[in-house]
Amino acid sequence: MSDGIGARVERKEDKRFITGKGKYTDDIRMDNQAYAAFVRCPVAHAKINGIDSSAAMAMDGVIAVHTGPEMKADEIGDIITGWSITSKDGSPMQCGVWNPMVTTYGRYVGDAVAVVVAETQDIARAAAEAVELDYEELPAVARTDAALDDGAPQVHENVPGNLIFNWEIGDEAKTEAAMAGAHHITELDITNNRLSPNPMEPRSAVATYDEAEDHYTLYTTSQNPHVARLVLSAFYNVAPEHKLRVIAPDVGGGFGSKIYIYPEELTCLWASMKTGRSVKWTSDRSEAFMTDAHGRDHVTKAKMGFDADGNIVAFHVDTIANIGAYVSLFATATPTYLYGTLWSGCYAMPAIYGTVRAVHTNTVPVDAYRGAGRPEATYMIERMMETASREMGIAPAELRRRNFVKEFPYQTEVILQYDSGDYFKMLEEGEKAADVAGFAARKAESASRGKLRGLGYSTFVEACGIAPSAAVGSLGAAVGLWESCEVRVNPVGTVEVLTGSHSHGQGHETTFAQLVSDRFGIPIDNVQIVHGDTDKVQMGMGTYGSRSGPVGMSAVVKALDKVEEKAKKIAAHTLEASEDDIVIENGEVKVAGTDKKMAWHEVGLAAYIAHNLPEGMEPGLKETAFYDPLNFSFPSGALICEVEVDPDTGFTDIVSFTAVDDFGTIINPMIVEGQVHGGVVQGIGQAMLEQVVYDETGQLITGSYMDYCMPRADDVPSFTLDHTCTPSPLNPLGVKGCGEAGAIGAPPAVINAITDAIGTNDLQMPATPLAVWTALQATKTAMAAE
Amino acid sequence: MTNVSMTVNGKAVSRDVSDTTLLSDFLRENLRLTGTHVGCDTSQCGACVVHVDGKAIKSCTALAVSLDGSDVMTVEGVGSARELHPMQAAFKKHHGLQCGFCTPGMIMAGIDMVERYQAEGRALTADAIRHELEGNICRCTGYHNIVKAIEEAAGTMSGMKQAAE
Repeated sequence: MSDGIGARVERKEDKRFITGKGKYTDDIRMDNQAYAAFVRCPVAHAKINGIDSSAAMAMDGVIAVHTGPEMKADEIGDIITGWSITSKDGSPMQCGVWNPMVTTYGRYVGDAVAVVVAETQDIARAAAEAVELDYEELPAVARTDAALDDGAPQVHENVPGNLIFNWEIGDEAKTEAAMAGAHHITELDITNNRLSPNPMEPRSAVATYDEAEDHYTLYTTSQNPHVARLVLSAFYNVAPEHKLRVIAPDVGGGFGSKIYIYPEELTCLWASMKTGRSVKWTSDRSEAFMTDAHGRDHVTKAKMGFDADGNIVAFHVDTIANIGAYVSLFATATPTYLYGTLWSGCYAMPAIYGTVRAVHTNTVPVDAYRGAGRPEATYMIERMMETASREMGIAPAELRRRNFVKEFPYQTEVILQYDSGDYFKMLEEGEKAADVAGFAARKAESASRGKLRGLGYSTFVEACGIAPSAAVGSLGAAVGLWESCEVRVNPVGTVEVLTGSHSHGQGHETTFAQLVSDRFGIPIDNVQIVHGDTDKVQMGMGTYGSRSGPVGMSAVVKALDKVEEKAKKIAAHTLEASEDDIVIENGEVKVAGTDKKMAWHEVGLAAYIAHNLPEGMEPGLKETAFYDPLNFSFPSGALICEVEVDPDTGFTDIVSFTAVDDFGTIINPMIVEGQVHGGVVQGIGQAMLEQVVYDETGQLITGSYMDYCMPRADDVPSFTLDHTCTPSPLNPLGVKGCGEAGAIGAPPAVINAITDAIGTNDLQMPATPLAVWTALQATKTAMAAE
Repeated sequence: MTNVSMTVNGKAVSRDVSDTTLLSDFLRENLRLTGTHVGCDTSQCGACVVHVDGKAIKSCTALAVSLDGSDVMTVEGVGSARELHPMQAAFKKHHGLQCGFCTPGMIMAGIDMVERYQAEGRALTADAIRHELEGNICRCTGYHNIVKAIEEAAGTMSGMKQAAE
């Protein structure tokens, strides 16, 4: 079947997007709709002594101004975190309380203090400006590596020294002993720069309260509407789940930032009840920079010990992770179980130990952003490998090969067990595709033009498809991370698939339909994927952590198995054959080896007409499955970046970028390639362009696209992509997940290439022309001194 | 309030709007043409690009009242689901979109650059496309397939132009 697994079919969802007919949250307009605007804390740390809304309330068109203490009085809950971490001394983590709107202290620039509801957006915004705050500015700390200093300003009274937890993983004594016996030790100080996720669609919410039914409806920009409903119901006390419908319609990208249930969306729900109006809020880009959860922001000291042959003997990590002013939903899992568990990389490391100290600062919360912990681990490991290769005089690819994991399953020293992979093959294919053999000649040619050429590797493994519910529960997660699916075969044989996964660019409406097409031999146009509405789909955990493939599609497969089994029973009964002899091919249900057959739609019809079903069989053809994964999945890849640096300006041109990934089974290569392109460019953005900057007082300096450098088309090259395939043995399709690989693997490939070109190991991200030029001057000075 | 009249996607429209109403808001809120998107507040992202009197502009940076009498084309006007514009078809064929939010602006900018280069008799190379896309940000695709889509559409549109002549 041409629409089945592995087919490069065009996307079903595209027509509405390319003709301007997509339906995003801000496109929705309710009858009786009013608009919300937020009054925000103007400084990084303040005690709010008073809020004077009289001038705002006097403005024409202003309906209401509400504040945090009123929310508290209505028993709206505080913003929660979903993962508890235990410190190495056995004590539970300490975190500050996050009121959805400030009750006393504002703790970052942008912390919501009050909400204005008005007849138009312009009036709401003007009135928010007219609300006067009486506040006392307090000392603030914004820098990750300053939060633990003696005498650093305290972000929360109940979190002494701003330390949320001091977590450890691995075997300390074994690692220290192995490090002591190492022939060579490579050490690096590594900063993983703070980023803003920046989906192009800003967050938005439209909340409606129906007083007669005591029922709420929320349209919102969410990657996981069911999780949002659960949290809004169980923890924020908006309404019980059957009285709250959450719809995430077309969503314009997420990259992690739309996982969380933020104060603004919650406040719109509450305000709709208070005012009796539908309440819409749409973030502008400045608000997005101020209030969307940021990503990364680690400061790390890493040490890797090698024996005389270049085999890793020990790896030691000490990281400080900035969590921001409050602990967001996945904020504590990201720098621990999604980071420390990846410290073995693609390599057989016999001893690993490290600690992560998570700190509060007066900055917006930091949480999972595309890759979430795995980019931080990969960047550190791959910078260490490249640096060690230079220090030890072993070629970068050779050093990697000496240390690659060779047999699977492989139990790492840091919890995870890798299920499958072939790291040698992906590197070999990568080197071929990147024409590494021809690099020396290209470097000489560049040199003849006065340019510096460099080659950088990144070989990585990541953990996707989060995750077995019992396992994550034992590590502190508050929820299970399964997925659900319902497959409805209509009487005419068309199929509806209701999934708990959520597509916000990933193309589920196409790839999930391909699974059905592959199974029953019907065209994908006869399949409809339904997602993003809690009234339609019973329950689901949503899309993040590259889980829609390994977890979401596995649930689809399980439901299809059940449908197929029942369809075969019906066909066997109708055709008077044994169930074991029934095969489904090309839209026909046949008795193998005979000419007896039914069309697929005839089976559907038979199930619903129910005149002649096997004895005891219920009518209908509709099945539900919940799939709980057995393990994470482990995609891997070899990325090779080639750059040319202009030594006069520090300008770096990426002349080629090659990615050979092992995603296991691929359902739609076109969509998978698109995921890699986008992920790699976010990785290049981190490596060369992007950086959230707060000044010493905690003011956000990068508050717009004027200050925060997003990758543009002419900043990046076209890509050379290829795939190897070792199917995951642990899920029915053998898929591994592809959404984050590019963002995880790309940054070290870029920085390894630039540092190769300019001859230094001392370069931090983002490698702007100024940073590269400055590093080059230091290198020249050092060489002159020698 | 000021009365403003325009031709939008070939239809005459007339509305009373405040003097501060941006063209993007006029299209989205007054005419309910929500295909034009707003992704930033500093005229950088390009999700709001439309054509005014045949030229691509950022509709978030133009006041509706200043465009009285103008001829405006939005993404809803260039083609339909039944009859796609070659640029729309190329974006679909080459997977030049993922979440779709920046796509209307990309399509309108793409059509504009192809028409300008054709009018000037210049070749629209991949490098030129990347340079021309300076004012359009996409966070999903990494631009690779957007460049391919515009390249192909340039060829198709050139063929159509020659056929018409």
